[in-house]
Amino acid sequence: MPDYKWPEANERRVIGKPLNRSDGIAKATGAAKYSFDINRPGMLWGKLVTCPHAHAKIKSVDTSAAEAIPGVKAVYIIEKTAGVPQDEMKWHGDVVAAVAADTEEHARDGARAVKVEYEVLPHLVNDTDLKGAAEDAKKAAGKQEQPENANLDEVFKRDDVVSVEGNYGIHMINHCCLEPHGLVAEWTAADELTVYLSTQNVSGHGGQLGGAFKIPAGNVRTICDYMGGGFGSKFSADRWDRAAAELAKKTGKAVKIMLDRDEEQMTAGSRPSGFGRIKVGATKDGSIVAWDSEHWGTGGATGGVMGVVVMPYVFTGIPTRRSVATAITTNIGPNRAWRAPNHPQGAALTMAALADVAAAINMDELEFFKKNVKLTGMADIYAEELDIAAKMINWKKKWHPRGDKTPGPIKRGLGISIHTWGGRPHDSKCDVTINPDGSVVLQLGSQDLGTGTRTVLAMVGAETFGLKPNDIKVNIGDSRYKQSGASGGSTTVGGVCSSSRRGCLDALAKLFETVGPALDAKPEDLEAIGGKVQVKGNAAKSFTWKQACARLGMNAITVEGAQPGPSTGEFKLASSGVGGVQIADVSVDIETGVVSMNEFVAVQDQGLVINPKTCTSQIYGAVIMGITSALMEEIIHDPITGRRLNPDMEFYKLAGIGDIGNIKVHLLTGKFKGQISGNEVDIDAKGVIGNGEPPVISPGAAIANAVANAIGVRVPVLPLTADRVLAALAKKGAVA
Amino acid sequence: MKDPGLHNQTRSGESGEQCTDTSGVSRRGFLRGSGLAAAATALSTPLAEAVQQSGPKIIGPAAVDVSLTINGQAKKLKVEPRVTLLDALRNHLDLTGAKKVCDRATCGSCTVIIDGKPAYACSVLAIEAQGKQIRTVEGLGANHPMVQAFVENDAQQCGFCTPGFVMACTAFSMKNHNPTLEQIEKGLGGNLCRCGTYMGIKGAVQQAAKAVAALELKGGINHA
Repeated sequence: MPDYKWPEANERRVIGKPLNRSDGIAKATGAAKYSFDINRPGMLWGKLVTCPHAHAKIKSVDTSAAEAIPGVKAVYIIEKTAGVPQDEMKWHGDVVAAVAADTEEHARDGARAVKVEYEVLPHLVNDTDLKGAAEDAKKAAGKQEQPENANLDEVFKRDDVVSVEGNYGIHMINHCCLEPHGLVAEWTAADELTVYLSTQNVSGHGGQLGGAFKIPAGNVRTICDYMGGGFGSKFSADRWDRAAAELAKKTGKAVKIMLDRDEEQMTAGSRPSGFGRIKVGATKDGSIVAWDSEHWGTGGATGGVMGVVVMPYVFTGIPTRRSVATAITTNIGPNRAWRAPNHPQGAALTMAALADVAAAINMDELEFFKKNVKLTGMADIYAEELDIAAKMINWKKKWHPRGDKTPGPIKRGLGISIHTWGGRPHDSKCDVTINPDGSVVLQLGSQDLGTGTRTVLAMVGAETFGLKPNDIKVNIGDSRYKQSGASGGSTTVGGVCSSSRRGCLDALAKLFETVGPALDAKPEDLEAIGGKVQVKGNAAKSFTWKQACARLGMNAITVEGAQPGPSTGEFKLASSGVGGVQIADVSVDIETGVVSMNEFVAVQDQGLVINPKTCTSQIYGAVIMGITSALMEEIIHDPITGRRLNPDMEFYKLAGIGDIGNIKVHLLTGKFKGQISGNEVDIDAKGVIGNGEPPVISPGAAIANAVANAIGVRVPVLPLTADRVLAALAKKGAVA
Repeated sequence: MKDPGLHNQTRSGESGEQCTDTSGVSRRGFLRGSGLAAAATALSTPLAEAVQQSGPKIIGPAAVDVSLTINGQAKKLKVEPRVTLLDALRNHLDLTGAKKVCDRATCGSCTVIIDGKPAYACSVLAIEAQGKQIRTVEGLGANHPMVQAFVENDAQQCGFCTPGFVMACTAFSMKNHNPTLEQIEKGLGGNLCRCGTYMGIKGAVQQAAKAVAALELKGGINHA
C-alpha cells in the first residue's frame, strides 16, 4: 500500500507553484455555461408569486386569471406538506406559487395575475431591541461560564483591573450571490429527473429533491458545471427547485426558474445579526482577566443567533468569563450559512471590546493582542502573524494612540483583528483512471464555486504522475460521479485533494506493477517524474509516460481514492484549524462621516497551499467581501409595514473597484520557531486546509478598530455608514 | 508614448441621434413626431388621424420582428417590444455570456459594447438596439488580450461578473490605453463583483489596456 503523504517541499514540482485557473478562459469568454445559462429545447420559464406582507395568513389563491394569460402553461401552489398548500407567510418575499409560461415575459404576466387574498398579521422586523421584542419571539440560546459560578464582579473590582463596558453590534446582511438561486428542471423519463442547478452540493441534492417525488436519489441527476456564487446559501433543495420540477412534470417540458434579484435578496439567504452588551476587564499591564457578555440577534423567520462559543471569540482562555445568548425570531427572510457562520459576528463584537480595553489602559493595540495570544489556541501562529502583519502595514511608523491629532477633517487609524477556523476535509470519493493512451481522468461529484477546485485537482494529479496540470482531465459537477461532499465550511480542498491524491497514488502503484518487469525493477523502486516512469534516480532506465501506459494493453486502470481512507489516518493529507491576523488602515472624514480604505493586510496560515495563486485570490476576495460588509451592507426593513426596503443592488450596496484600497496578502507557510512555546511550528505538515471562511472573518472587526483609532471614538454598530460615524462623533463617544 | 489616432477609433464622440432614427421608439423621436403632427393638424385634420399618419410608430404589444447586428453578424428574431437586449441575447439567441444579475443597471454584469461604447444590456430594449453594432463577450475569443490578462491576473473567481467586466474593461481600454490606478478605479465603478476579484482586475487592465487599444484600432479582431 502506498504511503499516503505529500512530497517534501524540495520534491514538489507542481504543488505550491502559482498556476492560472484551468477554467479561466471559459469564464472570461462567456463560454462557461452556468445554470442560469442553460436553455433546453422547448423550455418554459417559471416565475414566482411572492408575499408582499411581512406576516400574513393566506385566505385564498385564485389562479384562474393567470391561467388565462396567453402563453401560461401551468401554475403550482407551494405546499406545506404533501397536498396541503402553505397557509402562513412569515416574511416579505415568502413564496406562494410559481407560474410556467412560454416566455419569461408571459411567466411574469402570469405570476402578477395570480390573486392571493391575505389576512395581514402582526410582525416584528426590529432586531436591535431585545427588551422591546415580544416574549414569545425570544428564545434562550445558550450560556457558558468558566469557572462555574465564577464571581465576575470580584475580578472587575480588583485594584489592578481596568474594565470597559459597551454595546456593540452587527446587522443582518445578504449573501447576494450574483447568480441567483435557481435551476432548469427536466424529466427525461416518468421517474427520472435532471436538474441543472446552481448549487454547492452536487452529490447531496438529488436525495433531498427526489423525496418529494418519491423517486430514489439516483433518479435525480444534478448537473452544475459552473455556479455564480453561493457563500453558504446553496446547499439544500429549495421550494423553487420543487416548483420547477412540479411544473416540468405538469407540462412535459423543461422549466427554468431563476430568482429575480428582489427574490434573491429577500428569500435566498441572510446572515444573522448580533448585538451585545460586553464588559471586559484587563490588568493595567494588559492581561485580559475577565469577560462578561449578553448578546442577542436574529436569524430571521427561522430564528437562531450566533452561539456562546464565539463569545468571546478566539480568546477562549480568558480565565474568568460568562456569556449568555438570546435568539429573536423575526419576520425577515431566514438565515442560511454565510461564510464562517457566527465567526464574523463574534469577531466584530469581541475584537471591538478588547481594543476598547487596550485603549482604556493606554496600550498599543498590537502589543495588547500579542500579550494575550496565550489565551488563544494558536499562540505561536498568531504571534508570528502579528509580527508579519505589523511589518507589512508599517505599524511602528503609522500607529498612534486613539484619536488622530493631525489637523484637518481626515483622520487616519489602524486596527487589528485575529480569527480562526476549522476546515476539516469533507468526505470525498474520487475515481482516478489511467488510460492505455496515457490520458488521465479524475472524476468526482464535487463542484467548483470559483475557488479553483478544478485547478487544484489537476495539480494533485500532475504532481503525483509527474505530468503537467493540462495533462489531467478533471470531471466534476455531475451527481453521476462518485459522491463528494458539499462545498461548505472550507472543507472542499482538503477533501478532494485527499481523495484524489490517494486515488492517484493507488493508480500509480498499479501502473508500476505492470511496468516494473519491463524495466527490470520492483514496482516500489519506480518513480513517475518529468513525464517519465523510471527506476528511481536513473533516467536511463525509463519509459515515457505514454510508453508506460501503453503496456496496460486493453485495460485502463481505474481506482477509487477516498477521504477518509479505509484504514489509515484520515487527517494525514488534510487537517483542520488555521489562524489569521488582519490589520486595516483607514481614513475617516469627520465632516462627512465617510470611511475609506487605505490599506489592508491579511496574514493567513492555510496549511499546505496547493495553488498560491487561487488561494491568494480567495483571500483578496474574502477581504473585499469583509470590507463591503464592514462599510456598506445591511438588510433594511420598514418597521411600520415590515417590508424589505432594499431588496436590490442599488440600496443594498456592494463595494466597487474604487472602494477597497490596496490589499496585501501573506501566506504563512513552511517552518518557524514558535515565540510562545519555543517549539518548531511546521505549517505545511498540517496538510491541506480550506480557505473559504478564515480570511472573511476579521475585516469588519479590524476596520471598526481602525475607525476607533482614527477618530478616537468607538462606532459601535456595523456597517460603519456615514450616519453612524457622525452619530458616534456627536456623542463624543464613550461607548454607550 | 502617444498612439496617434486611437481616440478616433473609440467613437466616444458619437451622439445618440442614431437611436431615434432606427427604432422610432425613443423619447426624442416621440417628441419630434408629436411636434410635426401638431403643426400638420392645426388646420383641418383630426389630431388622432394625423398622429397615426406622421406620429410615432406604434408597435407591440405582440411580438415583432427585430434585426440585430451582433459581433458583425445579422440576427433576426421575434420578440415583444418590452424585451430587453439582455433577454433577447440570453433567451432568444442563446448568447449567454452577458449575465443577468440586478436587471436594473446597477451591477454591470450584462455589459456589452454598442457602437463602441459600453452599455448595460438590461437597460436597452432589443428594438432600440436595431441598426447598431452590438459586441458581446462571445465576440472577443480566447486570444483577446483582455481575456488573457484576466486569466493571468486571476481576475475572476465564480466568474459570473467576469464577462461584463471583460467587456467594460475592453471599452475602458479603448479610451484609456495607459490608465492610472485612479482612472481604473473611477472608470470601472459601474461593475460589481461579489467574490471580490478587483485586485486581479486592476492588474489585468494595467497589463492589457495598451494591447486592447491597439487591437481595437485594427477593428477589434484578434489576428494573433
